[in-house]
Amino acid sequence: MMDLLLGGVCKAGESKKLETGKWRSFRPVVDRNKCIKCGKCADYCPDSCMEIKEDGAEVNLYYCKGCLICIRECPVKAITKEVEEK
Amino acid sequence: MKGKTAILEGSRAVAEAVRACRPDVISVYPITPQTHILEDLARFVSSGQLKSQFVRADSEFSAASIVYGASAAGARAYTASASQGLLLMNEVIYAMASTRLPVVLTAVNRAISAPITIQPDHQDTMSLRDTGALQIHVESLQEAYDAHVQSFRIAEDPEVLLPIFICMDGWVLSHSYEPVTVFPDEAISEFAGTFQPVQKLDPAKPLTYGSYADQDVLMEYRYALMLAQEKAREKIRSVTKEYKEVFGHFDGDLIDTHRTEDAEIILVAMGSMVSTIRAAVDELRAEGRKVGLVKVRTFRPFPEEEIIKACGKAPLIAVLDKSLSVNTGGILATEIKAAFYGNPVQPVIVPFMAGLGGKEVNRRVIKEIVDIACRAGDKQGPRGDTIWMGLDHGFFS
Ligand code: SF4
Ligand code: SF4
Repeated sequence: MMDLLLGGVCKAGESKKLETGKWRSFRPVVDRNKCIKCGKCADYCPDSCMEIKEDGAEVNLYYCKGCLICIRECPVKAITKEVEEK
Repeated sequence: MKGKTAILEGSRAVAEAVRACRPDVISVYPITPQTHILEDLARFVSSGQLKSQFVRADSEFSAASIVYGASAAGARAYTASASQGLLLMNEVIYAMASTRLPVVLTAVNRAISAPITIQPDHQDTMSLRDTGALQIHVESLQEAYDAHVQSFRIAEDPEVLLPIFICMDGWVLSHSYEPVTVFPDEAISEFAGTFQPVQKLDPAKPLTYGSYADQDVLMEYRYALMLAQEKAREKIRSVTKEYKEVFGHFDGDLIDTHRTEDAEIILVAMGSMVSTIRAAVDELRAEGRKVGLVKVRTFRPFPEEEIIKACGKAPLIAVLDKSLSVNTGGILATEIKAAFYGNPVQPVIVPFMAGLGGKEVNRRVIKEIVDIACRAGDKQGPRGDTIWMGLDHGFFS
């Protein structure tokens, strides 16, 4: 949880603690066999939570809020959605 | 302390007080009728009498945002507005209060459109009553001067830290001339002290203002405003008391009263109307009528306990409102009725709409209100309908 001070002010960088992943109802799943590591998903992700690793794109689920923009932007349809059940 | 008494225009009296309190930043967007205040302050800055950053804005939204930023950076900040201008500031004032930024704002009370008007009533600041900002309503130019001097100390107190509105009726106060005693700038500056922020924007220790909060803490931040306004009660009492000791003026703390002791009917009102009621009460008393006055000086924090105590055993209360919550009635009257809920003494409370949109309220109207209230007393229960003074019923036929 973010450590908020008087008036909702916080130390710079504090929002890194904000788990936007809690908002998610769908989870993006990358098929690494299809991924061509073009980086489009990372460019379009509003929460900067796609990282292009050695073997393909990887979602940071602490921040991924499940907007699924990445699915829409992936040129090779390497990303699919799964219902988040937790 | 001895001051210098001069015949001043209301706006000038405010500018004199603000100059002596030395705000670091003043933001301005001109809207009638508060323009004179900012014109005078601009003159003080250009002549070197006041060393402030004088920032002109492109709208009231910007004017409020500028003082928000200035206050967040630890500056003593001041602005003024009226009417539609206050409505345009509304969003920023909410943020200012919740972020706990003690900006001082002169609200020159004026009605809201449509039709377009420049006449005084309290609809503008009433629309901002839930922001968390404090509100002091003044009845005279001397009080306008005094309240501005007091306001910086109240708002900037580390236990309060809330924006404060000094509300004064447009024209009737802002543009009228009255004798005002002005004290030496040095004495006022000393009384007003300096702003010592508990936190501020500083590149060496970066902070985020306006961060996100989830459902787990948002309610807590709203409740914190309730606590801060409770602290403001004590602070207003102590600052007005100290002001009286130093400068010899007292215009009331949360409320003021006039001849309430054995009163059988008490009039409750705010703003310039209060001075008129004082005169009417004296005249009625001279005729042997037991009339008293309770002036609500701070609409926020709302002085329910003080009002109840001041009304004592009076069986009849007439509340004079200059603002309307459509389909409910006068806003002051509604809050007064709520204050009396559960109280052992249950006076009959008669709500009057008087002066909305600048409709004339003189001593004759006040006396008429007293007569109507005395007659209405038997029938008018706590849920009684508002009586609209001077309403032209022919207008609707
Ligand atoms: S679903 Fe939205 S937030 Fe999550 S990785 Fe895709 S683009 Fe980013
Ligand atoms: S957009 Fe698709 S192909 Fe490109 S990196 Fe992301 S997942 Fe891989």
